[in-house]
Amino acid sequence: MARTRKRSPLASAGLHAGLLLGTLCALVPPLWLLVTSFKPKSESFSAALVKDFTLDNYQHVVDDTHFLDWFANSLVVVGGTTVVGVFIAATTGYAISRFRFPGMRPLMWVLLITQMFPMAVLIVPLYNTMATLGLLNQPLGLIITYLTIAVPFCAWMMKGFFDAIPVDIDESGRVDGLNPFGTFWRLILPLARPGLAVTGFYTFVTAWAEVAYATAFMTGEENLTLAGGLQTFVNRYGADWGSMTAAAVIVAVPAAVVFGFAQRHLVSGLTAGATKS
Amino acid sequence: MRAALARYWYAWAMVAPVVIVIGVIVGYPLGRGVYLSLTDADESNVARDIGVNHIPATYEFTGLDNYTAILSDSVFWDRLVWTAVWTVGCVSVTFLLGLTLANMLNRQVRGRSFYRVAMIVPWGIPAFVSVFAWKMLYNEKNGLLNKVLEGGGIDGVPWLGDPTWAKVAVIAVNVWLGVPFMIVALLGALQSIPGELYEAAEMDGAGPWQRFRNITLPGVRTVSSTVVLLSTIWTFNMFPVIFLLTRGGPEDSTEILVTYAFRLAFVNSPRDFAASAAWGVLILVLLSLFTVGYRRLLRRQGEVW
Repeated sequence: MARTRKRSPLASAGLHAGLLLGTLCALVPPLWLLVTSFKPKSESFSAALVKDFTLDNYQHVVDDTHFLDWFANSLVVVGGTTVVGVFIAATTGYAISRFRFPGMRPLMWVLLITQMFPMAVLIVPLYNTMATLGLLNQPLGLIITYLTIAVPFCAWMMKGFFDAIPVDIDESGRVDGLNPFGTFWRLILPLARPGLAVTGFYTFVTAWAEVAYATAFMTGEENLTLAGGLQTFVNRYGADWGSMTAAAVIVAVPAAVVFGFAQRHLVSGLTAGATKS
Repeated sequence: MRAALARYWYAWAMVAPVVIVIGVIVGYPLGRGVYLSLTDADESNVARDIGVNHIPATYEFTGLDNYTAILSDSVFWDRLVWTAVWTVGCVSVTFLLGLTLANMLNRQVRGRSFYRVAMIVPWGIPAFVSVFAWKMLYNEKNGLLNKVLEGGGIDGVPWLGDPTWAKVAVIAVNVWLGVPFMIVALLGALQSIPGELYEAAEMDGAGPWQRFRNITLPGVRTVSSTVVLLSTIWTFNMFPVIFLLTRGGPEDSTEILVTYAFRLAFVNSPRDFAASAAWGVLILVLLSLFTVGYRRLLRRQGEVW
């Protein structure tokens, strides 16, 4: 809460200095990335701000590399994960929010526990299974894999959102002769749209940024997703910082926009789900 | 049974997709992972297709051999110690910085919404993008950080080339990535503390420190215990920062448990699936022990969840 008391000028200056320092630390790395992407390749590391503004890096990345393939692969994988994950998580979130049924408590425990599963314990068996099914290097393989990350979390978060919708609405639906699915689909889901959006955004941002599975499952330059593709610019054989920064900027912008819309609701959803268990 | 089915079928139908998904893509791999960790599976003996020929798996059950080998090897214990240092270091610094900045943002200060948005930026950028940005800043010969240092007359630092500096560097990046989440979560908690409490305390003559200790800290406790738990689990499992920034180097000095397990199966040659699976199982056991212990600790202190 804001205090009413007047601060001394010294305290005020200290406060601003602290906040400015924090802001500076937060902004410099991404800003430097942006600045570097507009420099000619030969000057990637010059300490000056942009002297010769150029879009060459962007042009090179789009025209001469597999960047657009990676972007498309990422879109397919992330889009698929988000749609499937959020939809099946919503029905589960609704069921554990509204009904008391045998198996509910174990299910809630499983949802909570799987959220903390380290990828290290699943990645080898999943890799072998995908290899047997021929799903390595296929977007479908990554979508299925990302559901392990998305579904438990989304279900848990959707439960929090459904909890906030009054039960009276369900009852009015039942009085009007709707069965439980009808109530869910026609009455509750439209009301939970903000929740769907937030869980969707969260899944999108998480899957967009996933590195380990993407690196292990996708090989061959045209099959990579963005997380794998960006690594090819800067590896042990050489570094093309110009292309890397340009690609990074194109990758970061959609994620940052999506994030900007959702961030206000993210934490309330997270902490509400965790503390009300 | 039939009565139960009639009564609960719609609830079961609604959770069925998730139960199936979790069973198939978490439960089955988990069971298989545990099994693999008890075998000698590696690149040369798992089932695979070469051209049109299918070669069946020929690995064998070896009992607990992998575990005894791992636990009697100093590599595991070295990695465990560093992982603990990394986790505790990252989480404590992130939490303290987050609490400080959230407190500052909770004052009435001009430009507050600008500061708030600016400080959340690192959260909105995919981690792997930020890590590459840092990699560029850390560059030993030409990076911005060393140029600034040299401008001030200080010798450049081999950020990613020296084992100790590399550890500092990876922790700094992870803190940078984690602080925004802390700020947002703790700011929410701070804003839910009623202002009258502070006014009343001030009237009773409580100093700033006393107000912080007796009103602010208890007010953010519930949220803090949640975010510290989440942040610990995330940091413990934090793969991209270390994998992309240092690849575990120099000389394995920054390799944490998860990156090492990944390396065994996907970077090293020949790929050692069984050992990697065993590392994965050990990591899961450690995390479970931690979570149980943490909950017990909270319960003893009277937390409800």
